[in-house]
Amino acid sequence: MMRLTLTGGMMATALLAAAPTYAQPSGSATLDAVKARGMVICGIAGAVPGFSLPDSQGVMRGIDADSCRNVAAAALGDATKIKFTALTTTNRFTALQSGEVDLLVRSTTWTLGREANLGLEFAGINYYDGTGFLVKKSLGVKGAKEMDGATICVQPGTSTELAISDYFRQSKMKFTPILIQDLAEIQSAFLSGRCDSYSTDSSALATFRATQPNKDDFVLLPDIISKEPLGYVVRKGDDKWFDIVRWTYFATVAAEEYGIDSKNVDEKLKDTNPDVRRLLGLEGDMGKALAIDNKWAYNVVKQVGNFGETWDRNITVLGVPRGINNIWNKGGLHYAPPIR
Amino acid sequence: MSSTFDPRLANARIAPKRGIRLSWSDPKFRNIIFQILIVSALGLAIWYVAHNTQRNLEIQRVATGFGFLGRTAGIPIGEALVPYDPAVNTYGRALVVGLLNTLKVAVIGIVLSTILGTIVGICRLSKNWLISRISAVYVETLRDIPVLLQLLLWYTLLQGLPAPRQAINIGDAVFLSNRGLKMPLIEWQDAHWWTLAAFVLGALGTLAWNRTALRQRDETGKKPPVWPAALGLMVLLPVLVWASLGAPFAIEYPALRGFNFSGGGIISPEYFALLLGLTIYTSAYIAEIVRSGIQAVPRGQWEAAGALGLRQGAVLRLIVLPQATRVIIPPMTSQYLNITKNSSLAVAIGFQDVVSLSQTTLNQTGQAIEGVAIVMAVFLTISLSISLFMNWYNARIALTER
Repeated sequence: MMRLTLTGGMMATALLAAAPTYAQPSGSATLDAVKARGMVICGIAGAVPGFSLPDSQGVMRGIDADSCRNVAAAALGDATKIKFTALTTTNRFTALQSGEVDLLVRSTTWTLGREANLGLEFAGINYYDGTGFLVKKSLGVKGAKEMDGATICVQPGTSTELAISDYFRQSKMKFTPILIQDLAEIQSAFLSGRCDSYSTDSSALATFRATQPNKDDFVLLPDIISKEPLGYVVRKGDDKWFDIVRWTYFATVAAEEYGIDSKNVDEKLKDTNPDVRRLLGLEGDMGKALAIDNKWAYNVVKQVGNFGETWDRNITVLGVPRGINNIWNKGGLHYAPPIR
Repeated sequence: MSSTFDPRLANARIAPKRGIRLSWSDPKFRNIIFQILIVSALGLAIWYVAHNTQRNLEIQRVATGFGFLGRTAGIPIGEALVPYDPAVNTYGRALVVGLLNTLKVAVIGIVLSTILGTIVGICRLSKNWLISRISAVYVETLRDIPVLLQLLLWYTLLQGLPAPRQAINIGDAVFLSNRGLKMPLIEWQDAHWWTLAAFVLGALGTLAWNRTALRQRDETGKKPPVWPAALGLMVLLPVLVWASLGAPFAIEYPALRGFNFSGGGIISPEYFALLLGLTIYTSAYIAEIVRSGIQAVPRGQWEAAGALGLRQGAVLRLIVLPQATRVIIPPMTSQYLNITKNSSLAVAIGFQDVVSLSQTTLNQTGQAIEGVAIVMAVFLTISLSISLFMNWYNARIALTER
């Protein structure tokens, strides 16, 4: 009898002692899954220059792709631990809802309907955009108001589709929509002249134009007919994962604001500015509060770069001005709350 | 004593009914238990899936229900058979527009592929070497290329047509460009509906007269002519109706205004590519069905008809095809179902059928389960209708068998 109790007691002690060695659940199902997998799965478009498009080496390039890498660097400490899943405009939300991807950075516009009805949450905006029109120069059109009766190529299931519909109704004009889901197919329909105009987010139009061999034959109309804030989307109900994604974006903006970039980040470790020290994980346990490594922001900036670097590398090279996509103290809209 | 109740007799009367013994050795009892187990397992599985889905939707706070059908759609639609305005019409209306577009492709595709397939199938049996080889190549090539690729090919070819301002102009009335085929259209008025009704009535009358004529032929051996009735009922009657309503007639010609042609009717490249692709693809299968149906008719039938002095064409039309039809109809049904289902590939080339519109709807509303359920219900209804009709037709020809 005595022995039995003793054995029981020993087993209990052993269990207690062993408990801390098990992986501690972080309270976020998504983060746990990401850690167990050792990889972040990110939904992107995979065919939009400047946003996500593989280069000649097969490496995914673009501001959306780099936004995904930021999250991998923050959550796992390694920006290369990322798997990209190419999604269409019509299957992107289902892929996120069903858990096929951990987050979605696919030129997706933040709207009330999507956040309230789809069980999704927008964690940040990586591009302030608006719907524009691309036309052939030979058409002789100078503005969107001259587009009455035009045939317009649009991707179905996008907010662009609704924006154009609203705009033409408001302006008492008519148009014929051509809706093709596949990006390459709709672009070829526009190039072949099936449509007078190709309409989508003006950023995508600018980058599409920039990658055409005869880019001077196309004009981007000056009218921007809607607000299209494009951002990071996560599932509702996993607040900790939401926090990680949101603050990763803020960290890249804050890094640009403090002048920290991928080249000088190691020198900045010696900086005495408490804001910089907190951001880089030298003070304040900011990472621990997010249930990730304290060096999270350091890893992001070191491996991917600050917001401005990401922008210049992907968007500036295509000749698109930064405009409202600058950080707040340089006339733009990107603003990070205090990281403390 | 007759009044004495004998319990053994009572048992004897019950015994032949033999109820179910509550024993494992009773096969009846075992069967019932197994059936209960299988049905409850199935019920449990369905309940689990439904419950799990609902719980997950609740956790993710995804909206459910069919309430969205009554909300204003706002989605633009390129071609619609019924009036549609995204500003005022609902998602429900948009889906109806899509359904009609699907039917427009399916019905016309079925008719055209049947005609084309029958011709090719007969040609394949031709004694003319060139014709039968060409038909064989047609069938073998088109059957082997995936239908989606064919659709994309036709669509790309149609995009190679000139721009509207350089459109191919046929007599200043018909214009062919990469925006589609524009043609003149009669300005439709109420009088035209009445004329059409008179024509339909006339056609029915002619059919009835034809029956009477056939019966008279059976009785007397002489068939009274049908053409005077046909002329009177199908031509004179509509013309009289039309004339009595003031003979309105105006043609609307397409004209180049701004970007595009306006006025007149249009066949869009998307619709035409879809119809062409599906018709040609399916006709290759139908050709094979027709060929096998004809070859299933015994050789003796050809020879016997030939011995009666009938010419080749008449043998085919009067003797062989009616018999082949009985073999052809059942596999034909599945081709008609295929063409209907394949019409959902419209989404690849931008024709807005019910699948394309439901995808847009479920994307804008986020209600994927409801959207997919609607599409499934639509296709099930169309397919079952085709099957029912074809089965009825099949039974009808089978009855005439001697």
